[in-house]
Amino acid sequence: MDRERLSEYLLRLADNALISGQQLAAWVGHGPELEEEMAMANFALDYIGQARMLYTYAGEVEGKGRSEDELAFLRDGMDFRNVLLVEQPNGDFAQTIARQFLYESWYLPLLEALAISTDRRLAEIAACAVREIRYHLRHARMWLVRLGDGTDESRQRMQTAIDLLWPCTGELFAADAIDEWAAETGLGPHPGSLRPAWDAKVGAAIEEATLKRPVSDWVARGGRRGRHTEHLGYLLAEMQFLQRAYLAANW
Amino acid sequence: MATSSQAARASPGRGRSKKAVWDQLAELTDPEIPILTLEDLGILRWVRVGADRITVGIAPTYSGCPALEVIELNVVEKLKNCGYAKVKVERVLAPPWTTDWISDAGRKKLLDYGIAPPAGGSRRTLLGEDLPVACPRCASSDTAKVSEFGSTPCKASYKCNACLEPFEYFKCI
Ligand SMILES: [Zn+2]
Repeated sequence: MDRERLSEYLLRLADNALISGQQLAAWVGHGPELEEEMAMANFALDYIGQARMLYTYAGEVEGKGRSEDELAFLRDGMDFRNVLLVEQPNGDFAQTIARQFLYESWYLPLLEALAISTDRRLAEIAACAVREIRYHLRHARMWLVRLGDGTDESRQRMQTAIDLLWPCTGELFAADAIDEWAAETGLGPHPGSLRPAWDAKVGAAIEEATLKRPVSDWVARGGRRGRHTEHLGYLLAEMQFLQRAYLAANW
Repeated sequence: MATSSQAARASPGRGRSKKAVWDQLAELTDPEIPILTLEDLGILRWVRVGADRITVGIAPTYSGCPALEVIELNVVEKLKNCGYAKVKVERVLAPPWTTDWISDAGRKKLLDYGIAPPAGGSRRTLLGEDLPVACPRCASSDTAKVSEFGSTPCKASYKCNACLEPFEYFKCI
């Protein structure tokens, strides 16, 4: 029973990381400038590296012999446990920055808490990831402020992106039975406990960027139960095509 | 292959010492920054010599560093060439690798190669501080960061305002 819950918890983390990595990799060849392209490629690599460690661990805990590749490439959309925020389209550069900023403002403190998890292996993976996401968040915040406090057009695009993605942020803090169990056993933090700091830090950055914090309280949720927006299907189709068309294809 | 390792293979027991294995691996280089050895980088953590297999602990730099798999393959191949048939590489996550693990010799090599070595210790960088980076060509500290990112995950792009040359900086994590 605990193995089931642990593998579910790890899959959520792994799916968030994989989808984030796939999204950022799609910027390669399309970045607004060379430096940003390098940044996105590096971020994507970090996320995919994190996903690999988490999938491998999740597969071992699950005990059905599923490898990292099987978990990444041979599951359908409804089996994916990522939050809705990470599957939202890249859109323009502002939209990607908004998504990464809102997500990583949650993901970094989550990793910091996981780095002292009672599960040693998860703690080690999280401690590695913390070093990377710290860089990512610095980068996203810098662009949020630069674009928000920029030209009329850049500000408008940044505001539109924040408004668009805002409804997907509430899900980050909602707890279900797995989260409650994780919090009780010291595996991970209670999602609700991450909210005050997120509110304060995101609020401060939005203010510094001279943007308006959205007032809508409407929350889109369902990702962790496999109920996704239509965007995930397209993303998976592209990501999984090769492995499914040529089963066990290898480099 | 070096004849010394052939000799080691011929006399089982003698060449199987931990030190012999370590010395073979220590000289392997990083595929992306080939002037640095695994020892310079500080990613070779330990070697365990068992009765029928050798286990090597390697610390990944960045989680998604593409060089890691090449390094692991190189480790296995190197030891196979030295006559060790059963080799396993384990990834060591704790304590996590930081640039503080790079040796003084490694820092000197980076500088000579034209890559500015990490400035300061990882702890200060984690607090978000950016220390001045000296140009590896003219040593001027009048430099500017062009991008936090570079040709590999571990490097950032800089330019020197004194000699006007661009250069890479092995960023501190
Ligand atoms: Zn110079």
